[in-house]
Amino acid sequence: MDTTSKFSKLYLTLVFVILYAPIFYLIFYSFNSGGTMSSFESFTFEHYAAVFEDTRLIMILINTIIIALLSALISTAIGVIGAIGIVYLQKRKSRNALLSLNNVLIVSPDVIIGASFLILFTMVGVKLGFASVLISHIAFSVPIVVIMVLPKLQEMSSTLVDAALDLGASKRDVLTRVIIPYIKPGIFAGFFLALTYSLDDFAVTFFVTGNGFTTLSVEIYSMARAGITLTINALSGLIFIFTLLLVLGYYFVTNRAKNPLRNGVPK
Amino acid sequence: MKTNSNRSFYLIPYVVWMLLFVVAPIVLVGYFSLFDLHGNFSFVNYQNFFTSVYLKLTLSSFWYALIITGFTLLIAYPTAYWLTKTKHKQLWLLLIIIPSWINLLLKTYAFIGIFGVFGPINKFLELFGIGKQQILYTDFSFIFVSVYIFIPFMILPIFNSLDKMNPTLIDAARDLGSSTWNTFTKVIFPLTINGVKSGIQAVFIPSLSLFMITRLIAGNKVITLGTAIEQQFLVTQNWGMGSTIAVFLILFMVIIMILTGQKDKGELVNGHNK
Repeated sequence: MDTTSKFSKLYLTLVFVILYAPIFYLIFYSFNSGGTMSSFESFTFEHYAAVFEDTRLIMILINTIIIALLSALISTAIGVIGAIGIVYLQKRKSRNALLSLNNVLIVSPDVIIGASFLILFTMVGVKLGFASVLISHIAFSVPIVVIMVLPKLQEMSSTLVDAALDLGASKRDVLTRVIIPYIKPGIFAGFFLALTYSLDDFAVTFFVTGNGFTTLSVEIYSMARAGITLTINALSGLIFIFTLLLVLGYYFVTNRAKNPLRNGVPK
Repeated sequence: MKTNSNRSFYLIPYVVWMLLFVVAPIVLVGYFSLFDLHGNFSFVNYQNFFTSVYLKLTLSSFWYALIITGFTLLIAYPTAYWLTKTKHKQLWLLLIIIPSWINLLLKTYAFIGIFGVFGPINKFLELFGIGKQQILYTDFSFIFVSVYIFIPFMILPIFNSLDKMNPTLIDAARDLGSSTWNTFTKVIFPLTINGVKSGIQAVFIPSLSLFMITRLIAGNKVITLGTAIEQQFLVTQNWGMGSTIAVFLILFMVIIMILTGQKDKGELVNGHNK
């Protein structure tokens, strides 16, 4: 018994080390003045300074964040409304059909999404660039939001809505004061997932971004293809901290939202 | 009943969106696969697909995906199992998930340095007198990096199904004299097969279509279906052939979804019947 628990601890530690080692390796060498990822010469912040001095890189960073926020917001709106619609669907068959369509986009490999959207945009005549990237990010985020919101809607008792209607609430009131507050945790989860999917996406963006417009992932790809630049390392240090803050923020928000009763009482 | 029209109103934006971005793109891919390089209607792309070049490519792509999925499962299952035994398992799970939220490109880029000729792995090998090896641009580096990327996606569903499992079942098996190994193969694994299936689905399909890792880590030596599609669309600009490969990739995807999905529906039904 004792030996297996020792072995299991060792195994878990090993997995953790392997999962984190590449990330810390990147961050470690971001402070290397030597300019390579193999021999550490001396400590420096010059690569971080280079990131902030590179106006083009900063513009790309801002573009990436704008795309992520906008696509997360819009896809959350479409997804929440869609999820409410799906739950209200009376016919089980059409509900299942919609849900499988929803799943298609989640399971589809990025390459398929990217290539098919590229065809779609050229056929319709959407200029490749900001618009095409934004639309495709919204497109692949909507199903994720639906998946996150749906369970919350399903666990909501329909008597809540009936009670509100009986007490004279308008349909608008039912939506904004009963349904939305109840499914808030799901909405938050969907929004954050959409945000991270957008920030992380490389393949879809790579297909539908034209010549003029780049996001961070695509830029890192072209930089990495050219070889090792410690600017990328400095970027990864910044992104790591940003991701940690995002995860912590997410857990803070969802844990607060998890128990609506507890939040309601002090009021 | 009177609220019906109002309720279906909710569906309109979503359904329009799905038609535009799920149905239309798939139809378009199918349509484009029927045109050759000069825009003439033909089945030449399909004929080409069944030549040895593309069949070999498909087979090797499947082979790589199989190896990647196998190793990922082999590493992820014990991790998920022992994670459920830790004290603060949700916290540990979160720590496992965080690396998967770091940009994929950055993690891949890290391995260019780690596996490089002057990288830490080679330094380590030299220490033991094995000497410098070419690690980057080999099958090994490709599979290692892919497994590394996919591990959290395999751990998550397996962890969830292990976590849901009733622990008294294990005690019951032990009390009835089952050995640890038997308990695992006869009780734990069958009960968590759904988690394993969704993990396989989450790893196998993406590994068929990897293209960024093949370029950065495998140095164009490994060509997956994804790499071929990217090549046809963005390099040779042969959208017809690219769409044809995409049609087959979609077909494979559907088959895998059926293989890894159908059964758990049946089990659910059985569970409800009880």
